[in-house]
Amino acid sequence: MALCALRRLARASGTSVRFQRRCLVTGTAVRQVAGQEEGVVIMEVRDALNTAMDEELANDDRVFLIGEEVAEYDGAYKITRGLWKKWGDKRVVDTPITEMGIAGVAVGAAMSGLRPICEFMTFNFAMQAIDQIINSAAKTYYMSAGEVPVPIVFRGPNGASAGVAAQHSQDYSSWYSHCPGLKVLAPYSSEDAKGLLKAAVRDPNPVVFLENEIMYGAKFPMSPEAMSPDFVLPIGQAKIERAGDHLTIVTFSRMVGVALEAATELEGRGVSCEVINLRSLRPLDRHTILESVKKTHYVMSVEAGWPQCGVGSEVAACIMESEAFDYLDGPLLRVTGADVPMPYAHNLEQLAIPQASNIVDSAARLLRL
Amino acid sequence: MKTTTYKVAEQLDKATLVDFYRQMALLRVFEERAAEQYMLGKIRGFLHLYIGQEAVAVGAIHALGRDDYVTTHYRDHGHALARGLSVNAVMAELFGKATGCSKGMGGSMHLFDASLNFAGGYAIVAGHLPLSTGMGFAFNYLNDNRLVATFFGDGALNEGEAHEVLNMSALWNLPVVFICENNLYGMGIPLSQSMSNTQLHKMAESYGIASAQVDGMDVLAVREAAETAVQHVRSGNGPYFLEARTYRFRGHSMADPVLYRSKDEEAEYRKLDPIAQYGEWLLSSKMATQKKLDAISAEVEKQVEESIAFAEESPFPSPEDLYRNVYAQLP
Repeated sequence: MALCALRRLARASGTSVRFQRRCLVTGTAVRQVAGQEEGVVIMEVRDALNTAMDEELANDDRVFLIGEEVAEYDGAYKITRGLWKKWGDKRVVDTPITEMGIAGVAVGAAMSGLRPICEFMTFNFAMQAIDQIINSAAKTYYMSAGEVPVPIVFRGPNGASAGVAAQHSQDYSSWYSHCPGLKVLAPYSSEDAKGLLKAAVRDPNPVVFLENEIMYGAKFPMSPEAMSPDFVLPIGQAKIERAGDHLTIVTFSRMVGVALEAATELEGRGVSCEVINLRSLRPLDRHTILESVKKTHYVMSVEAGWPQCGVGSEVAACIMESEAFDYLDGPLLRVTGADVPMPYAHNLEQLAIPQASNIVDSAARLLRL
Repeated sequence: MKTTTYKVAEQLDKATLVDFYRQMALLRVFEERAAEQYMLGKIRGFLHLYIGQEAVAVGAIHALGRDDYVTTHYRDHGHALARGLSVNAVMAELFGKATGCSKGMGGSMHLFDASLNFAGGYAIVAGHLPLSTGMGFAFNYLNDNRLVATFFGDGALNEGEAHEVLNMSALWNLPVVFICENNLYGMGIPLSQSMSNTQLHKMAESYGIASAQVDGMDVLAVREAAETAVQHVRSGNGPYFLEARTYRFRGHSMADPVLYRSKDEEAEYRKLDPIAQYGEWLLSSKMATQKKLDAISAEVEKQVEESIAFAEESPFPSPEDLYRNVYAQLP
């Protein structure tokens, strides 16, 4: 909001000002790619999600969007911008503020042959609906011995935003990835966002799609392949964002960017990090994690959510339970959000979420730099 | 039976009218024998018996078309059988056998049969109401003139999600027949102690939903009321709410010692037994003889007996089935 005001002032005073997009929590510059290669398009995560939904609406008449403010308002975070105007009331459905009802209605529609994309304004509000997500969506195919599939996507922003305090900032990655019957995806880049959302819509199972509000405005290059309307990423496969030899960092969502920042700094200190972007929390790509650990011998997990029973706990356990354990030269270290409800004060908020410096310090401790 | 003339009795043929008796008798015997099997340890977990409420499932489901959807709560054996699931498949499911309608994966509360458009069986009170509303949403979306009939108890109307979907179904004009089986108790709490408004169909009216109350112990009254509901919904007038006042002769479940109501009260309601009532009506209107009714009773006894043998002899699911159907595969 402040940015817009400053831009207006700048324009009014006749000065030309360029603002670099800054992460509102860490203050670091969100990765921008300067200079476009041939055929490479720069796209915001928000637009990648929008494009994915637009393409899937075109691809299959059974797909529809449902949620609060998704239609006329263009979406609370503008992810569904323009879709109602293009596809109309039938395909893009506004609802009252009634999360449990919406989720259940969407699941019922999925049971009846449609393919809903159910938006939660944030996953905090999805707690109102969690019975429908777990007891109806996740479990029905199993309980019915395969009679009743539930092809639904639950999507929305997950985790901390900026200054929105405790009830609007929880990270649900751990809760949802705990549950069999669900698939759980956590995109980082625009390519992730597009390819994984399309895959989620086409998957015959209930998929919880955990976006991140701070990442919505982040820009990433999109290859010609990624721009294709048939571009789909496989569910259950992690991506090695940065190859390295000395330390494996296992992470997902916005923390991938923070880990990459830390990796750059660690490179300067002679540590080559392999940053794994999980992309998929359930199914978890254990193979990629274990192969990397066998190569580097040191591992760290990074997540924004709380430490107890977090995703890092699962990463640690599956390394211990595998042959990769014998390759470790040190224990797994978890870098996580602070074990507190999210505070409001800006300085405390920054202390509550992993920063690049936390990752660097933990790496230094682990590797005895 | 309170009313002596039923419009629906003139519209339906004798065979159908007699078959209502057979269906209710089947439901009754099934539940009584299931209770015995539960005490023998053959059926485990929770068992919620439909004894006393037979007229609601039989009367209402008969008013539906083959393509319409039926959903219900955990007191679902009656609805499953009335919808046409095989007695063997339901008993086997209760026994947890691989030959059960949900292959032993669901049990008493999770009976499914997609081919009969029967989706459970739902264990969370009121949890299936949004699902049913979603089915109605899909039928509107697909423009296919189907409707969904969803059965639930008086207790469900205290859950927030019930109100969320009464609102949405009216707002969006969805083809849902809400059938509230008001058996006057939400588990151990009598209606007057949990509802500020005990005229449940009036609650629906406050959402602008057409509604009615019917004597749920009278199968023909239920059949008639359901017909009205179905016509209303199928004509595109949006949802309908039917409150069927009924009574369960047993406890909430097999685990319920029923200390919250008197034996005298139960005895009073036993006099309204839907099957006995209907039998008398069939006899007095010369639709059937006592001999015929006795033959029917014997037939359903035999059917249920055979289903128990079937369930006994059927295998449990194999260990490999533990991990089957967690996820659907792309074709």
